[in-house]
Amino acid sequence: MSALADRPANPVVGLRAVHESAALHVTGAAMYTDDLAAHTAGVLTAWPVQSTNAHARVTVDVAPAYDVPGVVRVLTADDVPGINDAGIKHDEPLFPSEAMFYGHALVWVLGETQEAARLGAEAVKVDYEALPSYITVSEAIAAESYQGIARTVERGDAAAALAGAPRVFEGVTEFGGQEHFYLETHASLAILDSEGQYFVQCSTQHPSETQEIVAHVLGISSSQVTVQSLRMGGAFGGKEMQPHGFAAIAALGAKLTGRPVRLRLNRTQDITMTGKRHPFQISWKAGFTEDGLIQALDATLTADGGWSIDLSEPVLGRALCHIDNAYWIPNVHAYGRIAKTNKTSQTAFRGFGGPQGVFLIEDILGRVAPVLGIDPAEIRRKNMYRPGQSTPYGQLVKDADRLEAIWQRLVDESDFDERRAEIAAFNAASVDTKRALAITPVKFGISFNFAAFNQAGALVHVYKDGSVLINHGGTEMGQGLHTKMLQVAATALGLRLDQVRLAPTRTDKVPNTSATAASSGADLNGGAVKNACEQIRERMAKVAGRLLGVDERDVRFEGGLITGLGKFDESLTFAEVANAAYLQRVQLWAAGYYRTEGLHWNPDLMKGSPFKYFAYGCAATEVEVDGFTGAYRVRRVDIVHDVGDSLSPMLDIGQIEGAYVQGVGWLTLEELRWDETDGPNRGRLLTQSASTYKLPSFSEMPEEFNVRLFENAREDGAVYGSKAVGEPPFMLAFSAREAIREAVGEFAPAGHSVELGSPATPEAVYWAIEAARSAGSASVAATSPAADASAEHDPTGASAGSAPAGADVPALATTEA
Amino acid sequence: MTVNGRQRPLQGATAHTTALDWLRDTGLSGSKEGCAEGECGACAMLVATPDDNGGTSWTAVNACLVPAAALNGQEIVTAEGLGSPDELHPVQEKLAEAGGSQCGYCTPGFACSMAGEYYRADRAPAAAGDEVCEEHGPNGFDLHALSGNLCRCTGYRPIRDAAYTLGSPEADDELAARRSRPAPAPMPTDFSSGGGRFIRPASLSEALDLLHDEPTALLLAGSTDLGVEVNLRGRRAPLVVAIEQLPELRTLEIGEEFIEIGAALPLSEVERRLDGQVPLLAQLFPQFASRLIRNRGTFGGNLGTGSPIGDTPPALLALGARLVLASAGGEREVDLADYFTGYRQTIRGADELIRAIRIPLPLARVTAFHKIAKRRFDDISSVALGFALDIEGGVVTAARIGLGGVAATPLRAYATEAALVGRPWNVATVRAASAVLQSEGTPMSDHRASSEYRSLMLGSSLLKLYSSTVIESKEVSA
Repeated sequence: MSALADRPANPVVGLRAVHESAALHVTGAAMYTDDLAAHTAGVLTAWPVQSTNAHARVTVDVAPAYDVPGVVRVLTADDVPGINDAGIKHDEPLFPSEAMFYGHALVWVLGETQEAARLGAEAVKVDYEALPSYITVSEAIAAESYQGIARTVERGDAAAALAGAPRVFEGVTEFGGQEHFYLETHASLAILDSEGQYFVQCSTQHPSETQEIVAHVLGISSSQVTVQSLRMGGAFGGKEMQPHGFAAIAALGAKLTGRPVRLRLNRTQDITMTGKRHPFQISWKAGFTEDGLIQALDATLTADGGWSIDLSEPVLGRALCHIDNAYWIPNVHAYGRIAKTNKTSQTAFRGFGGPQGVFLIEDILGRVAPVLGIDPAEIRRKNMYRPGQSTPYGQLVKDADRLEAIWQRLVDESDFDERRAEIAAFNAASVDTKRALAITPVKFGISFNFAAFNQAGALVHVYKDGSVLINHGGTEMGQGLHTKMLQVAATALGLRLDQVRLAPTRTDKVPNTSATAASSGADLNGGAVKNACEQIRERMAKVAGRLLGVDERDVRFEGGLITGLGKFDESLTFAEVANAAYLQRVQLWAAGYYRTEGLHWNPDLMKGSPFKYFAYGCAATEVEVDGFTGAYRVRRVDIVHDVGDSLSPMLDIGQIEGAYVQGVGWLTLEELRWDETDGPNRGRLLTQSASTYKLPSFSEMPEEFNVRLFENAREDGAVYGSKAVGEPPFMLAFSAREAIREAVGEFAPAGHSVELGSPATPEAVYWAIEAARSAGSASVAATSPAADASAEHDPTGASAGSAPAGADVPALATTEA
Repeated sequence: MTVNGRQRPLQGATAHTTALDWLRDTGLSGSKEGCAEGECGACAMLVATPDDNGGTSWTAVNACLVPAAALNGQEIVTAEGLGSPDELHPVQEKLAEAGGSQCGYCTPGFACSMAGEYYRADRAPAAAGDEVCEEHGPNGFDLHALSGNLCRCTGYRPIRDAAYTLGSPEADDELAARRSRPAPAPMPTDFSSGGGRFIRPASLSEALDLLHDEPTALLLAGSTDLGVEVNLRGRRAPLVVAIEQLPELRTLEIGEEFIEIGAALPLSEVERRLDGQVPLLAQLFPQFASRLIRNRGTFGGNLGTGSPIGDTPPALLALGARLVLASAGGEREVDLADYFTGYRQTIRGADELIRAIRIPLPLARVTAFHKIAKRRFDDISSVALGFALDIEGGVVTAARIGLGGVAATPLRAYATEAALVGRPWNVATVRAASAVLQSEGTPMSDHRASSEYRSLMLGSSLLKLYSSTVIESKEVSA
C-alpha cells in the first residue's frame, strides 16, 4: 500500500474533469427519486395533514378522507408496527399526538393521484387543544426552554483578562437561519418486493441511517431494508437527518397497501416541515489591546434548535469550536446552549455551526475596528494564528503559516491596495453611493466531531474484461463526489477515467456508512476506494509480474497499461491481466475501508484534537451601496482557497464559488420570517415559498469573480494530498458582509461603529446608513454603558433588519478600563 | 400537441393539469418542479410562438404555470428534445463542459432558457468598439434570459461563461430551421375533465359572448398568476377562458395621439416591439419578474388581477394610461387612475375584458421607474414608483406619479404631484415634495419590508430621481 497522500506518475486525480453526470443533467436524462416514481406503474402518492397550530394536543379524525374518491389509505400512529419515531434520538414521533410546530405533519394520506391525496388530506378533521408556544429565541430563553446538553469551551482566564484589558467591548449579536432550498425537495419511493424486502429510493445524504429508521418504524431488521440514493438535486446538509421519516412513511405505505408509494414534498411543505440552519443569539464581551490584539472573549451562544434535538448538539459543538475562526484568542470562555422552540427542527446546513461561530468573531472585529481606529483588514491580519499556536479547545493549528501566505497572495493578486485607493477617491467624490473592499480569512476544521463517523467503506469490482465498477458509501448531491471517486479509482488502478464506472449508492453494497457530510465525503470514501483498488492492484501485480517476468514490486499501472520497470518494449492491457488473474483464480474484487487516524475528543470537557486538519482560505469582496435605498451590488470577488492538492480543480472551484454565493445569500438576502404575534397563525412561517424566500439569482452573482486554488498545498492526512472543500468556502462570504459594513461606514464620520442587521437586506443596510448619517461627530465610544446596550437590543426586530427603532440602539458599547 | 417533434394526445390531463405534470406523466421527467410558482425555472420549456415576419420564435416559458390544455395544437421542446447524452445540443455541450451543472436538478430548465436565447433571431455579437453591457455577452447573449432560473449550487459564474461562449446555430440545426416556418395557429378548444372546463374561443366575439353568458368564467392570458393559485392554493376554477391568442388582444400600434398595446401581448413582445420608444416602460421591463414570466405575462393580466403590488400599474399610472374594456355590448375607455376600486377590486364588469392599454402621446420628458426589492432580478416589489414629469425652463409643468405597494390599490400620488407642478425643479422643491410623497398611501409591514421603510423609500425615490436628473444635465452641459 502506498502512503495516503502520495500520487503516482500521471495521476487522474488533479486533472480537470466534468461532473460524471453532466451529459445526463443537461439533457434531462439524469433521474432523481421522484423521476423514478414517474416511471413506476401503480404508484400511490402520499400527502401530509399539517398542523395549523404552533403547539397543541391534537385529535385527528381521518374518516372523512375515505369519502374522497381516489383515497386509498390514511396512515396514522395505529399503523406503526415498530417504533413511532422518525429520528435516532427518539424525540421525533412520526405520527405525533402533540403538534410541536405550525406545519408539523400529523397523518399522511395515500391517494391514487396527487390530487386525490391532497383532497383527502384537506378532508381530515383535526381538533387542537392549544398549548403555550415559544417562537423566538428570546421567548425560549425567558421561559428557560432548552434541550440537549449545554457545553463550554474554555482556555485561560477570560474574566481576569477582560478585567485587565485596555479596551473592552460588549454587545449582542443575533442572526437568522437559512432554508436549504435544494432545488429537489425531499423525496422517497418505497417498493415492497416479492421476497418481503423493502427497497427505498430516497433523496438522502445518509442512506444507512435512513435504512435504520425505516427498519425501526416497520419493526424489522436492517437487513430487510435496502436504501438507494441515486443522486440528489442538492442537499447542503438538509438531507442528512431529515429524510428518514419521509422514507419511513413511504415504506409503511408500501407495507400496508402492497403498492409502490411515492412521497415528494412540494416546496411549501418542504420549507414549512423541514429543518434549517440554526439561528443564534450571542451575547459577548471582548477585550483588546490599544493596538487591536484580542485578549479575551466571553460569550454565551444560544442556538435555536426548534422543536426536537436533531443535530443541534453537534452543530452547537462546531459553533463553539469555530468562534476563533482564524484568530488567536488567548483567553476564552464560550458557553453554548440549545433553545427549544415551536419551529421546524433545525439541522445540518453547510458549515454545520461553523458559520455561526465565525459570525461572532467577524462581527466583533468589524464593529470594533473603527472604534479602535484600526483598518479592519489590519486588525484581522494581525490577529491571525501564527505557527505553534493552538485553538481554544487545545488543537495545534497545523500549517498555520498558510493563513498569512494565502492572505498575502490574495492581497497581491486582487490589487488590494491600489483598489482601496481608487475606492477612497470614488467615495470622496460620491455623496449617495459608497464602495468598500473588505478581506476576511477562514479556518475550518475537517472531520466529524462524532468520532465514529470518521470511517468509510467501498466495494470495487474488476470484471474479466478489465472493466471496473466502483461502489462507495458516499452520496452524490451535486458536489462531484462520484467524479472524484472515479478519479481516485482510476489513479489507484492506473486506468483512464473512462475505464471506470460507478454504481449508485446502496446500503446492500456498502453497509454502516456515515452521512455524506462535514465536507468529508472525498476524504473518507476516497480513502476507502483507494484501499479497495490497491488490494486488487497488488493481486494483479503478482499476476502481471509473472507474465512480464519481473518482480511484482516492479510492476507499474499507468494509463490503462501494465508494464515492468525496465521492460520498455513490453506491456499488457489491464483487461489482459484481469482475465489472466481470473483464470489463475485470483480475487478481482475487494472491499475497501478507511478510518481517519489520530482523532480524539472529549465532548464533556470540549478538549482534544477533533479535526484531522484545517482548510484555509481568504476572500476579498468589493461592494457598492446605494444611500437612497440600501441596495447594494457585489462588484468583484477574489478568493484564494486551500483545497490541498486538488483532486479535481474544476469541481473544487465550483464548490468554492457555489459556497461563497450561498453564504452571501445567508448573510445578505435570505430571510426566514415567522409569525411571532399571538394571532391565530402564531408560529406560521411567513416566507414559505420561492416568491417570498429569496435566494441569490443571477443578479447576485459577483460581476467579476476570480477564484484561485492555493498551490503546492499537499495535505499528508488525506487521500492523494487533497483537502475537503464543501463547507469551508461558505464562510468566505463574510467578506461581503464586512464590505457592506465598511461601505455603510463611509456615510458616517470616522470612528463610527456600524451595526448591521442580519441578513443585511437592503432595508437592514438602509437602517444602518441612517444610523451612520445621524452619528454626527460623536463616536460610539461615547454612548451608553454596555449593560444598557444588550438590554435595549430588540432581539426580535433589530437584527432581523425589520424594526427601524433598532437601528439607532447602540448595541455595541465600550468601556474604558 | 407536438412535443420534441412527436405528436402526443392530451390524454390523462384534466382542465387544471399543468404542462409540467402532463409532461412528467407522459414519461418526460427532464422538466422538474422546483417551486411550482414560476420562480425557479427548473420546469422551463420552449414553445413555438409567432414572430413578426410570419415565422416562429422559440420562447422559453415555465411549464409549471401553463395549463396543458392551453398548449393544445402547439409545439413544445423540452431539454430531452434539445439533445441526448450521446448527442448534446450546443447549449447543453457548453453547460456541461463549463461545469454549469452540479446537482443537475435546475439544469434542464437552464438549458431551455439558454436555448431560447440561443435561437433569438435578433441576437447578434457585439460589433468591435461597441460598449459591452455587463448583462450582455460578447455573443449578444442577454443575461436576463436566465433571470427566471435559480441555481443553488454553482453560484452562476460557470453558467454565465457557458452562455457567453455560445456561437450561432449551424446550418443543419432543425430548431433553427423551424423558425422560418409559421408557428402553429391557435386551436379553438373546449376541454372538460376533472371537474373543470377549459375553453379557447375561436374569436373575440365568441369570447365576449361566453363572458356574457357565464359570468363566473375566469379569464386566462399568460397563466402566470392563475398557475400559482392552482398549484399553491389548490384553486380549481370551473370554467377558464383563454384569450391570449386572440389577435385583437395582441396588437401594438403607435398612433398620433396614443400608443395602443394589446392586453394579451406578452410583456417580452411589448418590450421588443417598443424597443425603448417608451423609456419608462423600457426601465420597467427588466425589473418585471423574469424573462420566463414576461414571455407569458401580459399587461391585461397584471391589471386584471387588480393586485396592489403589480409592477405595471405604477408605470402606467405615471404614463396616464387608459384602458379599453370590451364586452358583448361594445367598448368603453377608462382612465387607469379610476380603474382600481379596492383590494383586488376594479370597475371591470364580469362580462368585460381588457382589450388594450392606451398610452397618450406625447410622453413626458423626465420619466423613471423605481422598484424597491431585495433582489434586482425576479422579485416582488416592496414599493414601486413610476415618475413622469415635464420640466420646462427649470419649472415643473406637469407631473404624474404612480405608486404600488403602499395601499390596497395602486395609487396616483396626487398630493405630491401638486407639490411639484408650477415649482422650480430644485432641491427645495424636491425636498418639500419628497416629504409629501413620503406620507402618501398607508404602507403596511410584512415579510418584504416594514411600513417605515416603505414610506421612506417613497420620499427617497424622488430625491434619487432628482439626483439622476442633475447628474444627467451636468453630463449634457459638460
